Amino acid sequence: MTSNLTTPAPALLLRGLRKEYASAGGPVRAVDGLDLEVARGEVVAVLGPNGAGKTSTIDMVLGLSAPTSGTVQVFGADPADVIAAGRVAAVLQTGGLLRDITVGETVALTAALFGRAGSPRPYLERAGIADLAGRRVGACSGGQQQRLRFAMALVGEPDLLLLDEPTTGMDVAGRRAFWAAIRADAAAGRTVVFATHDLQEADTYADRVVLVSQGRVVADGPTADVKSLASGRTVGARVDDAGERADVTARLRALDVVDAVDQRGARLLVRTSDSDLVARFLLTQTVASDVEVAGDNLEGAFVALTTTAPTTDGAHR
Amino acid sequence: MTAATTPTTPTAPTWGRTSRATGTARAVRTYVALELRRTLRHRRTLVFSMVMPPVLLWIFARQDVFATQSAGSGNVTAWIAVSMALYGAMVTATAGGAGVSAERAQGWTRQLRLTPLRPAAYVAVKLAAAMVVGAASVTVTLLVGWLGGASMPAGAWAACALLAWVGALVFAAFGLFMGYLLPAENVMQILGPVLALLAFGGGLFMPLGAGRWAAVAQLVPTYGPAQLAHVPLGGELTVAAVVNVVAWASLFAAGTAWRFRKDTARA
Repeated sequence: MTSNLTTPAPALLLRGLRKEYASAGGPVRAVDGLDLEVARGEVVAVLGPNGAGKTSTIDMVLGLSAPTSGTVQVFGADPADVIAAGRVAAVLQTGGLLRDITVGETVALTAALFGRAGSPRPYLERAGIADLAGRRVGACSGGQQQRLRFAMALVGEPDLLLLDEPTTGMDVAGRRAFWAAIRADAAAGRTVVFATHDLQEADTYADRVVLVSQGRVVADGPTADVKSLASGRTVGARVDDAGERADVTARLRALDVVDAVDQRGARLLVRTSDSDLVARFLLTQTVASDVEVAGDNLEGAFVALTTTAPTTDGAHR
Repeated sequence: MTAATTPTTPTAPTWGRTSRATGTARAVRTYVALELRRTLRHRRTLVFSMVMPPVLLWIFARQDVFATQSAGSGNVTAWIAVSMALYGAMVTATAGGAGVSAERAQGWTRQLRLTPLRPAAYVAVKLAAAMVVGAASVTVTLLVGWLGGASMPAGAWAACALLAWVGALVFAAFGLFMGYLLPAENVMQILGPVLALLAFGGGLFMPLGAGRWAAVAQLVPTYGPAQLAHVPLGGELTVAAVVNVVAWASLFAAGTAWRFRKDTARA
């Protein structure tokens, strides 16, 4: 995308982003050449297992840490400038709250820090904690504190909202209310980027999914496209004997329709474009039992894409 | 990248957004007000800054002769009252600055870095709140002293109060430095006894006399503020006292700046 007057800078632009941390066993590469562009108004899920580099990336986007190399631009500017202008807000995983002040005071202070003059009440309501306004933060449950962080992020009326595992500790109703509020904001033009390891959440609430593994993007696109990258379905089956399992694995891999075979204990996960054929093969020509066909979901794509990603120098978290 | 990206213009939320300077001023005002409310809720802080100094004053100054013995332009009770006012102000200021430690441990300072508030403004807020409470502490202690028979000229009351309060700035810087330096959740458990020792060492709790100890005492951080606070009451304005205040204030401020930069650097 070339910059000109009619196309404003993207909400987020990461190019060749790398982050290394010093450790006793030499430098650890948490982020390893990550490229990402998020247009204004998109809702993007960054999905990856723990240690994929999601939090390290968010820290760099927020200007909390500096990249080892590569560039970070938020609305075409340096993160620090965008934070100073109050255009970005974030919900972090843990901490970040004063325990001895009330929920209402926390949101009111945050509003003032963002230069907002209005009442914090509507934000407490949107986060579903209006009834907790007078409660001390230290007396709130984990889920309530998470909603408080959300209210703090909303009250700044940011153009870009970054959420790191935002629904951790929330109950089902809380999650639903949370995502309803997020979707309403996105509909009004706000850009939302959230990191999660919950496939369901990414699948349900994001327009676009970015799969991250070992510090780099392994798939990126509309949710439906990423799903189709798995080119079909996953067939699971149990083979108890290790020798038999190796034999079955080898015979499965010889089949044309099989893309990948992954082992999870005694279970084999077979990614395939023809689940019927694989299931029939497993049941009629092998000792496999408990055969299951998993639907067309992100899990399949996730397993496929993250297990086949190349490992670089063994340096990953 | 496979995503079809259609740039959309976000609806710029313009309501309630004010100019940078006005916004910062209001943010700092709101924050200082909240800090003062927090202090009022902390019973232990209140005991140390509002109750302890008058109680110490009562213990030290209860001998009746002190009310009749003159010291400079006032009586001995007044002299002790000024000492205790400074002690209260310095404990209060240290506690206020050291509060940074717990807030760092709770991730609050990190959260603040995600807001437009400048990190230096946060330090200013902590300093301002500490000094407001410090002023209250000085006022309460001197008031109790007055009720207990302290006597000095009106101008000396005001000047001593002001100097005791300003002297506490050295300890606000000390508290900030320790707050950034020490990882402990409750730094004051360490600093409280340290301050009491410094108060003894600097001659706040008892006269220094003229021995070898009096010479060493000139190096203690409480010495300078203690000397200066008593000047309006007839105390001697010495070069050693001024150098002491300037040197310790600079040292603590530099230490704070050093740790502060480390803390707010992009790692």
